Amino acid sequence: MILLWLILIPFLGGLLCWQADRWGEQAPRWIALATMLFVLGITLVLWWLGDYALQVPATGESLSWGLEWRMDWIPRFGISVHLAVDGLSLVLVGLTGFLGALAVLCSWHEIGARVGFFHLNLLWILGGVVGVFLAIDLFLFFLFWEMMLVPMYFLIALWGHSGSGGKSRIRAATKFFIYTQASGLLMLAGILAMVFINYSDTGQFSFSYEALLQTQVSGSTATILMLAFFIAFAVKLPVVPLHGWLPDAHAQAPTAGSVDLAGILLKTAAYGMLRFALPFFPEASADFAPIAMTLGLVGIFYGAILACGQEDIKRLIAYTSISHMGFVLIAIYSGSELALQGAVVLMLAHAFSSAGLFILSGQIYERVHTRQMSQMGGLWGRVTGLPGFTLVFVAAALGLPGTANFVGEFMILFGTFPVAPVIVVFGAGSMVLAAIYGLLLMQRVHFGPARADNPLAGLDVREYGMMLILVALVLVFGLFPQPLLDTTQATMIHVQALFQEAVPAQPVLPAGGVE
Amino acid sequence: MLTLNNLLALTPVILVSAFAVLVMLGIAWRRAHSGTVLVTTLGLNLALLSLFLVGTMGRVETPLLIIDGLALLASGMILVSTLACATIAHAYLAGYRGPKEEFYLLLLIGAAGAMILVSSSHLASLFFGLELMSMPLYGMLAYSFRERRSLEAGIKYLVLSAAGTAFLLFGMALLYAQTGRLDFEGLVSALGIGAGENLVSLAGAGMMLVGLGFKLSIVPFHLWTPDVYEGGPGPATIFLASVSKLAVFVVLLRLVLLAPAFQGAWFLDTLTVLALITMLGGNLLALQQPNLKRLLGYSSIGHFGYLMATLVVSNQFAVETTGVYMVTYLVATLAAFGVVTLISSPYTGEDAAALHHYRGLFWRRPYLAAVLTVSMLSLAGIPFTAGFIGKFYIIALTVDANQWWLLGGIILGSAIGLFYYLRVMVTLYLVEPGMRRRDATPDWAAQAGGLVVILLAVLVIFLGLYPGPMVHWISILLLGY
Repeated sequence: MILLWLILIPFLGGLLCWQADRWGEQAPRWIALATMLFVLGITLVLWWLGDYALQVPATGESLSWGLEWRMDWIPRFGISVHLAVDGLSLVLVGLTGFLGALAVLCSWHEIGARVGFFHLNLLWILGGVVGVFLAIDLFLFFLFWEMMLVPMYFLIALWGHSGSGGKSRIRAATKFFIYTQASGLLMLAGILAMVFINYSDTGQFSFSYEALLQTQVSGSTATILMLAFFIAFAVKLPVVPLHGWLPDAHAQAPTAGSVDLAGILLKTAAYGMLRFALPFFPEASADFAPIAMTLGLVGIFYGAILACGQEDIKRLIAYTSISHMGFVLIAIYSGSELALQGAVVLMLAHAFSSAGLFILSGQIYERVHTRQMSQMGGLWGRVTGLPGFTLVFVAAALGLPGTANFVGEFMILFGTFPVAPVIVVFGAGSMVLAAIYGLLLMQRVHFGPARADNPLAGLDVREYGMMLILVALVLVFGLFPQPLLDTTQATMIHVQALFQEAVPAQPVLPAGGVE
Repeated sequence: MLTLNNLLALTPVILVSAFAVLVMLGIAWRRAHSGTVLVTTLGLNLALLSLFLVGTMGRVETPLLIIDGLALLASGMILVSTLACATIAHAYLAGYRGPKEEFYLLLLIGAAGAMILVSSSHLASLFFGLELMSMPLYGMLAYSFRERRSLEAGIKYLVLSAAGTAFLLFGMALLYAQTGRLDFEGLVSALGIGAGENLVSLAGAGMMLVGLGFKLSIVPFHLWTPDVYEGGPGPATIFLASVSKLAVFVVLLRLVLLAPAFQGAWFLDTLTVLALITMLGGNLLALQQPNLKRLLGYSSIGHFGYLMATLVVSNQFAVETTGVYMVTYLVATLAAFGVVTLISSPYTGEDAAALHHYRGLFWRRPYLAAVLTVSMLSLAGIPFTAGFIGKFYIIALTVDANQWWLLGGIILGSAIGLFYYLRVMVTLYLVEPGMRRRDATPDWAAQAGGLVVILLAVLVIFLGLYPGPMVHWISILLLGY
């Protein structure tokens, strides 16, 4: 029941925010903040009480959930409201709660109009995301997956910035919506196909994760279905040929929208791959792995190179997201436990660092009223605090040791090397590009000749607090990632076991390859 | 021969017809707008209640009509839509200068025609029902005949519908020439299995498809739709978009399910192609529409394109899909058109259908805008609205039947459709100060029409959140098909 509340609280909080508009501007903000902190609190309590490290399944066959809740919903098709949590989803729900609170905080001054409705949308996105992480009935999962697009659309379309070159925010929002919705319908078709295959096997309709996991899909059917799932997730991750919506959506979204997009929404895709695409079709995925990893590699370079050429600071950060998600994609399809764990760390690290950078660019925008880097420059002397934090997050984004990003990238590269050395060699090379775009960002925004001499407002307590917490998290997970690894280990071992079964005794490296 | 049992089974139609006569007599005696509406809604409600009684009787067949689950479900939807139509018309016609009461007379006759159409099991009753439904529609569409567009809409519909009817009759004649039978059962047995290859019966079936396709505005025969939707007065458009389309589709489904001439491979291929171009064409044409009523017209074309997938598959599950999809489509469409009509109420000439009238509606009339948002989301098939359940069924149907082309068309059509649904939605929330705006009356929510619209929106959400009971009842009703 507590799981249901985790989903319901943001939705109810959102409605309350909407109505609280009449009590003044501050009321919705405080309600929204309290709601997200409540969600975060519940997650932390669940984490503290449950022991997720011990759930390692013996054979990789049986699934064990930390908590489970189920209620019949549409019996005609065997659809139920089925929620469950394991280490992975718990971590991601916690992340949602945390970034949700940050999103509320960072739009405290940015959003001045229609505050209640804004927070309604913000909280409903988060509610949808929590639903995605908790649902293990595929119908329900799909419902949340699609549903969270609507408030996100409103967030970008109504509170976004008009972009450069006459690109309107509504256009960006529509693009985002159509990309994700159309690919989502493809996944729905995939889900339904699995359900019908399962139906012809067992004579029973079921959308439950466990039942579908037992479905025997073979050969080309499995490949097609796997692709249907993969494309839906790849659009959201995003994987390179399908990334068209991301830079626009990020550039035009308000800060809170960008934080949510980069921090959480992209993670739903990685989660979907880990939870559904891989376990459902291990063989097909294993066959597909080289292509997926290549796509990941392409994404790493494409994102990094394009990031170097951006004028708009938020577009730059958006492209670095593509680059980082390329690492995650490689890790997911490497099928090694180390790399999978690295993917989780990187997901969290990227959420913190990109959220930090997006919030910082929002704060810069509030001060200089532009996102064009050519209009900035020399901010180091004009505003206190802000440049220093930027440096920290840039360092985190380029994977400096000591930050969580380093741990994630290192584990991914280390874990993937035995499986796909070539990919790793090239992938590691991209670190240079990361340093280039990171330093470009620092250089163009904070150094160089100042545009004006008058000092800008320094960081206030709220801004300082947000940044300090984020820095602390980046460092904590960078220096001491073990609790996180323990929490998600069981899930990852399960995924890895499925993957290994699909690749029977493949020689890891050609003999003598390591000398 | 007609037995008492048969007569009882026809109670809903008889009630609606009787109240039509009552309304007519009432008008002759004394004109009273609200009184007429009261009598109309009373009649419709009684008919709706009697449906439940008829439902307990099981399947009843009279020589011309068949009262089965499909007919009951469709009749229920027809009555509910007509009811919504009548209540919304009350607010709309309050400002109309000419005679108001005849509208309800036409409405009731049209509803009776639609009910006969959905339960017809004979080509004669099919034709009779179709005409009984269409004739009042001409009058309703041209009701505000001093308005050029309304008159144009009525005449356009009259002419094209007459052409469609001619095709239908020709098709029936060909089938009759082939078999000598007019009842569906007889047609089936006389045509035999090989009818799909027989040129004459194929031509007959094709002609009938053209005739019914006109009414459904399937793509090559859709040209009248936007003009008629735009020109007709709000309540008439509601009736056209809901009752008329639903009834024609149900009878087409009946024909396809029963008659082998409609099931030849060649014919099914034609249906598939028609479905594809209808779903894509409707959505593509809606993309740049600046007029909400035209946009909804095209959107309804697109939706019937999706629905045609059930004709291609035509099995038990397809019937169920039709039922569910119809319900979900109906509530959303009624809500959307209801809002348009309420914004244009009371009548002051042309309807406020241009999209710019709706700019910033949310900040003036939050609940009305929320209703329109919900109905747009539902039409777009977004989860947690009824529309998603419908879309879910259609996609499940195509996946189950391995109709990959149709599946692709549905996904593509939905993606295209999103674009304009989102455009409408976001318009409601934009602020553009200093524009001339048409607006609903301040007390819109307290009126019956407003309540109906809000109720419909609540229903859209409810069916999206908790579709279990609806799915259950529909599957039970249609199980025996």
